[in-house]
Amino acid sequence: MKIGIKAAVLAAVSALATGALSPAQSQNLTMAVGAQITSLDPHYHALSPNFAVATMIFDTLVQFDADAQMEPGLAESWKPVAPTVWEFKLRPNVRFHNGNPFTAEDVAFTIDRVPAVPNSPSSYAIYTRAIERVEVVDPVTVRFHTRSPYPVLPNDLSQVAMLDRETHDKASTDDFNSGKVAIGTGPFRYVDFRSGERLRLERNEEYWGQKPHWKAVDYRVVVNDSARTAGVLAGDVDFIDQVPTSDLSTLKRDQRVKIAEKDGLRIIFLALDHLHPEGSPQITGHDGKPLNKNPLLDLRVRKALSMAIDRQAIATRVMEGAAMPAGQFLPEGAFGHVPGLEAPKADPEGAKKLLAEAGYPDGFRITLSGPNDRYMNDGRIVQAIGQMWTRLGVRTTVDAQPWTTFVSRAGRQELSAFLVGWGSSSGEASNPLRSLVAGYNRDKGFGTSNRGRYSNPELDAKLEAALAELDDPKREALLQEATRIAMEDVAIIPIHIQKNLWAMRPNLRHESRADELTRAQDVRPAEAAR
Amino acid sequence: MSVYLLRRLLQSVLVMLAMSVIVFVGVFAIGDPVEILISPDADQMERERAIKALGLDLPLWQQYLSFLGNALRGDLGRSFVFNEPALQLILQRMPATLELALGATFLALIIGLPLGLYAGLKPKSPVSSAIMAGSILGFSLPTFWVGLMLIMVFAVQLGWLPSTGRGPTVEVLGLHWSFLTWDGLRHLAMPALNLALFKISLVIRLTRAGVRETMLMDYVKFARAKGLSPARVTYVHVFKNIMIPVVTVVGLELGSTIAFSVVTESVFAWPGMGKLIIDSINVLDRPVIVAYLMMIVLMFITINLLVDLAYSALDPRVRLENK
Repeated sequence: MKIGIKAAVLAAVSALATGALSPAQSQNLTMAVGAQITSLDPHYHALSPNFAVATMIFDTLVQFDADAQMEPGLAESWKPVAPTVWEFKLRPNVRFHNGNPFTAEDVAFTIDRVPAVPNSPSSYAIYTRAIERVEVVDPVTVRFHTRSPYPVLPNDLSQVAMLDRETHDKASTDDFNSGKVAIGTGPFRYVDFRSGERLRLERNEEYWGQKPHWKAVDYRVVVNDSARTAGVLAGDVDFIDQVPTSDLSTLKRDQRVKIAEKDGLRIIFLALDHLHPEGSPQITGHDGKPLNKNPLLDLRVRKALSMAIDRQAIATRVMEGAAMPAGQFLPEGAFGHVPGLEAPKADPEGAKKLLAEAGYPDGFRITLSGPNDRYMNDGRIVQAIGQMWTRLGVRTTVDAQPWTTFVSRAGRQELSAFLVGWGSSSGEASNPLRSLVAGYNRDKGFGTSNRGRYSNPELDAKLEAALAELDDPKREALLQEATRIAMEDVAIIPIHIQKNLWAMRPNLRHESRADELTRAQDVRPAEAAR
Repeated sequence: MSVYLLRRLLQSVLVMLAMSVIVFVGVFAIGDPVEILISPDADQMERERAIKALGLDLPLWQQYLSFLGNALRGDLGRSFVFNEPALQLILQRMPATLELALGATFLALIIGLPLGLYAGLKPKSPVSSAIMAGSILGFSLPTFWVGLMLIMVFAVQLGWLPSTGRGPTVEVLGLHWSFLTWDGLRHLAMPALNLALFKISLVIRLTRAGVRETMLMDYVKFARAKGLSPARVTYVHVFKNIMIPVVTVVGLELGSTIAFSVVTESVFAWPGMGKLIIDSINVLDRPVIVAYLMMIVLMFITINLLVDLAYSALDPRVRLENK
């Protein structure tokens, strides 16, 4: 009882101090997010925090639901009408915030604008490149002609925010940031934006879909983890994302907040050097002399290194439960997930035996690198794996660095083994297969993030067949086969799939998303749930 | 005097040039901005396009020369990340940092000077010992930790003050200021105090040492013998003479507070320049880093100059001349 009174007094004092009513009554929502918004131009910088903001102000033809399954957005339906033609039926009577109607002409304009945004450090053109031309059939029908059969066009288009030809013709990135043309069809309208600080939004009363609960949203950028956590504890903000796992157990016990979690689409894995057959740059014998061949090219060594890792221990102890041990790219339920392909069990004895069979009974020395500021607890995961490997006889030097230096070195193939993460933006398996394990090939756009340069023609062939297969079940089977090949050949060593974490006031409810996006329309008062 | 100023100006141009070269080479050595900025989904073609769009395909010396050419015309380049002019980006956040730094310096002076004076005049009193012991804490506690503790106590436990952010701002002369509203002041209080803690201790110690030394001087004895009131001796004769080291140190401290209040700004999510520079370093946004550091160099040179001028005003023996 005493505690109850204390809590009530505390709540009253903080309500007085902040001058705010509880969010459910006030219809105002204050959110704090951990990642920087770099632009309001939805086609300027392809980055998931920017995309989260884009999906509040704008809409895409195809949307992802909370479980990363496609659902209709501005398009009501879509189907391939020929091997290289997709037809999309648009939602009629949708209007932009300024009253202009949304039509097929606007789709054609948007597809034209995407690759033409000047100075873009990372263009959304990667999602529209497959489109050769856009055919406007009538105001609510549009056909995309692709160069070759392209089954993942709907997935790609789920990343492209639709603009208005009339409003956004010649609109510059600055015009979006200043709010002049931050006009979409989305659930919220632009009010005010201060780069690096906050974005203010108000409800779009004319929204075509389910209207958001909040009349006004204050979307703040608070990069520091402790500051964000303190903010929600102090009641300055109602909702935060990227809850640090070190605070998880404290927050779970605290009455003032509620935690929401959701299995994500981001896999944390180790990549291994396949590029240097005559000895990997960071591997030596126990005498410190370089080896004359690269042990990582031996499947038994790769298997041993994978079996030596106790994934369960990492998930429960290092990650405080905010991770699921993984044996493949995607979690259950995702398109291309292989049923029954489990995370390898920790088996140090078996690993030792395999290592001996491969001709390394005493192991060797290796440097395991990784970032220390990029993924949840990345530096600590690398340390834990280093210890597990060392126990195997593979004496591991751990080298955790800031992402800026790390990623450049990994991209120059200077590392032998390193930890990275991958969020599958399309929610299906062709995305990680293509980027992470397909052989590096500029013309096909394969292997862009395959920094270990793994290469397997059999896998590439399956993937290429999948990328041209319009029939969903057949494509899924091909993707599953390719995934199985990659995992059995230990192309990468999967560690775990992260859980996404949010914390909020107890009177709120969040429809938590697998794709990590933090958006105001997913938050509602808890009582409205029933 | 004008020759002196001219020479200082020339020096500053040279230092800024050197700075820009160091930053250019430094960022180049750390890594490749495109690797960091680009979407992981981007293919090889897109990477090549981005490298070209940001002008990173040219050799470093060529990039530097074109930067220098633009800089002479007053254009310090556009941020890779925000696609806004780097200088504009920095200036937008300057008011936030300035009010934080000035607030902290103000606190340091109004708290530090009286306490230091007291400790200097009554060195034997237990209050003085307490002040001195407290100042050791102010020196030795890390800003980061103190900031978090302040938040824990005043925002999370007591709920008196807001934990993060800047609060409402008022537009004066086209810039946003928050110290003009009550809520803005409440937001300012904790970060300013956090930043001031070290400075308060510094001012206390400097003032005390100065007072102790000056009190034994002949002119103080003479002033007393002349029958001047203790107040006049303290506030006119002693005070004026101890101000020289205090002004120097506070001036330089103000500079470093403006330039490097990174820790406080990130703990309190204060949207100032310090946060901008750390964010920019994290994504290797070179135009912003270069512009920022060049501006900081300029600022330090200016502050040094002002300190020298303040010297000569406080102590007629100091002359600003070529030696």
